[in-house]
Amino acid sequence: MARMKFLCDAERCIECNACVTACKNEHEVPWGINRRRVVTLDDGVPGERSISMACMHCNDPPCAAVCPVDCFIQTADGVVLHSKDLCIGCGYCFYACPFGAPQYPQTTNFGSRGKMDKCTFCAGGPEADGSVEEYQKYGSNRLAEGKLPLCAEMCSTRALMAGDGEVLADIYQERSARRGYGSGAAGWSVAYGQHDRGSPFAPGGPSTGGA
Amino acid sequence: MLVKRSSGKAPRGSLLRALSGDFNGAGNLESGVSRRGFLRRSGLAAGGIAAIGALPAAMIRRSEAGPVLPDVELVTRKNVCTHCSVGCTVIAEVQNGVWVGQEPGWESPINQGTHCAKGASVRELTKGTRRVKYPLKLVDGEWKRLSWDQAIEEIGTRLLEIRQASGPDAVFWLGSAKFSNEGAYLYRKLAAFWGTNNVDHQARICHSTTVAGVANTWGYGAMTNSYNDIQNSKALLIVGGNPAEAHPVSLQHMLRGKEHNRAPFIVIDPRFTRTAAHATEYVRIRPGTDIPIAWGLLWHIFENGWEDKEYIRQRVYGMDEIRAEVRKWTPEEVERVTGVPGSQVRRVAEAIARNKPSTVIWCMGITQHTVGTANVRALSILQLALGNIGVEGGGANIYRGHCNVQGATDFGLDVTTLPAYYGLAEGAWKHFGRVWDVDYDYLKGRFGSKDLMEAKGIPTTRWFDAVLARPDQIDQPSPLRAMVCFGHGGNTVTRMPEMIKGLEKLSLLVIADPHPTTFAAIKERRDGTYILPTCTQFETDGSRTCSNRSMQWGEKVVEPIFESKDDYTIMYLLARKLGFADEMFKHITVEETRPVPEDILREMNRGCLAIGATGQSPERLKMHMKHQADFDKITMRATSGPCAGDYYGLPWPCWGHPEIRHPGSAILYDTSKSVMDGGGGFRARFGVERNGVSLLADGSYPKGSEIEDGYPEFTMAVLRKLGWDKDLTPEEMRVVEAVGGGKTDEVSWQTDLSMGIIRVALKHGCVPYGNAKARAVAWSLPDPVPVHREPIYSPRPDLVKAYPAIEDRRDFRLVQLARSLQFKAAESDLRGKFPMVLTSGRLVEYEGGGEETRSNPWLAELQQSMFAEINRKDAERLGIRDGSWIWVHGPENAGRAKVRALVTDRVGTGTVFMPFHFSGQWQGDSLRRNYPPDTDPIVLGEPVNGVTTYGYDPVTFMQETKVTLCRVEPA
Repeated sequence: MARMKFLCDAERCIECNACVTACKNEHEVPWGINRRRVVTLDDGVPGERSISMACMHCNDPPCAAVCPVDCFIQTADGVVLHSKDLCIGCGYCFYACPFGAPQYPQTTNFGSRGKMDKCTFCAGGPEADGSVEEYQKYGSNRLAEGKLPLCAEMCSTRALMAGDGEVLADIYQERSARRGYGSGAAGWSVAYGQHDRGSPFAPGGPSTGGA
Repeated sequence: MLVKRSSGKAPRGSLLRALSGDFNGAGNLESGVSRRGFLRRSGLAAGGIAAIGALPAAMIRRSEAGPVLPDVELVTRKNVCTHCSVGCTVIAEVQNGVWVGQEPGWESPINQGTHCAKGASVRELTKGTRRVKYPLKLVDGEWKRLSWDQAIEEIGTRLLEIRQASGPDAVFWLGSAKFSNEGAYLYRKLAAFWGTNNVDHQARICHSTTVAGVANTWGYGAMTNSYNDIQNSKALLIVGGNPAEAHPVSLQHMLRGKEHNRAPFIVIDPRFTRTAAHATEYVRIRPGTDIPIAWGLLWHIFENGWEDKEYIRQRVYGMDEIRAEVRKWTPEEVERVTGVPGSQVRRVAEAIARNKPSTVIWCMGITQHTVGTANVRALSILQLALGNIGVEGGGANIYRGHCNVQGATDFGLDVTTLPAYYGLAEGAWKHFGRVWDVDYDYLKGRFGSKDLMEAKGIPTTRWFDAVLARPDQIDQPSPLRAMVCFGHGGNTVTRMPEMIKGLEKLSLLVIADPHPTTFAAIKERRDGTYILPTCTQFETDGSRTCSNRSMQWGEKVVEPIFESKDDYTIMYLLARKLGFADEMFKHITVEETRPVPEDILREMNRGCLAIGATGQSPERLKMHMKHQADFDKITMRATSGPCAGDYYGLPWPCWGHPEIRHPGSAILYDTSKSVMDGGGGFRARFGVERNGVSLLADGSYPKGSEIEDGYPEFTMAVLRKLGWDKDLTPEEMRVVEAVGGGKTDEVSWQTDLSMGIIRVALKHGCVPYGNAKARAVAWSLPDPVPVHREPIYSPRPDLVKAYPAIEDRRDFRLVQLARSLQFKAAESDLRGKFPMVLTSGRLVEYEGGGEETRSNPWLAELQQSMFAEINRKDAERLGIRDGSWIWVHGPENAGRAKVRALVTDRVGTGTVFMPFHFSGQWQGDSLRRNYPPDTDPIVLGEPVNGVTTYGYDPVTFMQETKVTLCRVEPA
């Protein structure tokens, strides 16, 4: 079984925000909820790099570890989904997540923030695949149709990739070796642990700056 | 602060407050007043909402997108993104007539499935919450609803009254780079039948100087290679362009080239752009010093003998005169003028000279200057010196702006020419008279006079000067009194305070657009404005030309939403009311009131010989779209299937009748291929000899040519001389004789409607347009050899005497000030009062004037505030904090804009950058209430052109948007 992962190659990311609007388009995500966003470091100075960030669908998701109602599910593909029926909007997952993925429709100092929303890897939720109920709560389920997340499919420079982690690592490694440098594939090690594939050009490897 | 480009701080709080289920909440963002409350206060809600309520349900088409329904047929349609000129394929999934999903167009050789933020959001255009829904009329400051019949009747009557009183030239027809090719051609034809050359479009303000500059150098005004071909480049030089924001999908090809070839990727720009962030070398120049840097590079190239001497000998005219000018640009002088250290200039020169083929890429940073045409020519000459034109991986890769600005230029939406660059001389009118099957005398009768028929019109950069001019200041019978404006923003032209005065004075303004545009939301204008709801290109079909000259056919995705109609229909309705529809649509089928675009394209194929837009029949274009997967992703050539051998989209020139199956020309002027394979030489456009020196190519010719040397363009006389006239069929000969009317020898490849001359030239391996040298010296231009000239509002008054602007002059029916203004500014120490340089540019989320994209919630959410970038040191000195409000003052007309400060090192000290996509706020006030109800864009902001100033290129009247002076103060 494939293990689904995201990988963002910061050497390629130009902060065009295609991933962000593709996500909005595909799932009709309302104003104010950002399942994916592009973060830029060292903005405006040499060394500026951008990375596209959303839920990374971690191996050992810290959101699930802290959820008081245990609303998270990890699918056989490694995709981290959650149940909006169970979610109480406490916001713990927001504090636990290293990537700022969980989003809420309300801001309050006390009480519920509303049902948490986040990237589903375009895999819907616990409801039946492709059902109207699933769409209304979580957006469309592309994975069930044999398609990958639209953000990665539409990425203008093929910086953001999604799919089987092994395949992504091979693509990234070949790309880094060919150009002679990498960017470490930000977030890769945090989300998926050490990933020593014996190559300095592998995601998280020493020749790509590590990450 | 809501400006996203701070440093990745998520602006959660404010966004969440704005969230109220729908994007109606966006009204909160700037004023803190809810949208409903705002409408109540402005008194617009009642009329607007009542009007919608009164509509019969069938009149309003409103799409409700939701999940893809399981048991309903899902239709897939293929169209092309309507934003930039890259030409990304859009795959639309349609259910019950509603566009419900957007999928990646994997098969497209251009975008290969990818999009930028704008492309990934185009589905929203057909949801269209903020679109104009029905025809509107402004009566005493209030918007009133009209029926289509009433609107066309009233507009037509007023146009005819103006024509009667002031002549046809009193109307300005502003067209659009967002038209399809067929729409652009039809609009030019409409203006011709109306009887004026006052017809223009956005190319004037983006790449008119490119078209003039490169066409005057080597023959055609277009990108020579393609986005895909950049993957073959061994070095990339990007000057005055920020494709990472303006053409993001092109970066896919550029970064592949950079990575695969380990190519130096050099960005020359006053601003450290998002493209520069991916460069191997960034060169910061002072704004407006592009010619000094080009000559500085060439200085090192000549000094070290890195130029391609054999290429220059065979294919370039006048390089020695360039050498003489370049000799003045020593490293010391280049550093004094541009601020770039000599060692860096040498390093860059060596990188592009030693890693060949190298490509040069430019955009508005080169073109939008008082020396735009000269800038373009300087870079073209740099590429000629290196022998980089006409080779894979080289070229002048000029990124056009809008989705069809190349096509709209090619098909004549221009004050200087009829379609396909035939010009305005009598011969051109006679040619199109034959194509349109109308009498030359009929056309002449439509105009004020033969002189006006052959005189360049008034360009879009200056239309308001032509409204405000006294009759004795303008070279036509009357100042402009009406403007008909299809698909054009109102905030993209400089000197807006004066534009507003012009708007106020116009007696009639017609806006045909999906969105109301800035023109509609000017509070000074209270009467005589009409808005016609026009659909987008996703709601009609037609072809569009990408920057690389490929033509792509877009298929209608959904029916026009609300009461909108497509451009073709509106033009037909106007022509019918104005009384020339029968003549104008003689050979174009009109279904009810809609002219059929395929028929329009067939007429274009018959007549647009001069650019080789004849082989791209609707059938071939549709076949290319259907079989996209067969095309190679780098060469763009089909390797199998029914299009085998063709280049994708049949990039022009695609010679002769479609039946001869010319494959199109992926790379212009490429002598390594035979002409029937897309090869060619430089165009013989400027005669055969000058001052005793031949202008024809010397020993260089396209592969397989029977003439192994240069030759002039083909005419009957040339054919006869070569003895090739016998190859013409009797039928072709009959057409040639009919066209020639007794002067058969003068019939050329451009006017022979049988295309026999072209066919015979191809048969002998020759290019119909001849085989000449490119011109390093363009004697017909104001500056035959490009020379540096300081901007009018120069931040370096000490250099003005040495590098003055051109002399004041007249052109395009108007006066053009230059040197007098520049000297006055320098002598009055304007820089003392306005010490900083203001420059402008693009953002990735928005496009053009921005009304369309700022109305799209998915994009608007990403950029919620107009801003000005200001250097950290300047901000410290002026006491300005990041995110605080500031006033930016300009030196003319008390221009000023209240915007947020974005404190960053992206701009150098002394430079201020502002994006140009904003409008709807004016000198601190919101104009939201001036938009028709429910059509106000979600995000409003101050237009940068409220601050920009006078300054025009002498060749095209391109506006100066990149260098002026300004003063910044905390608000």
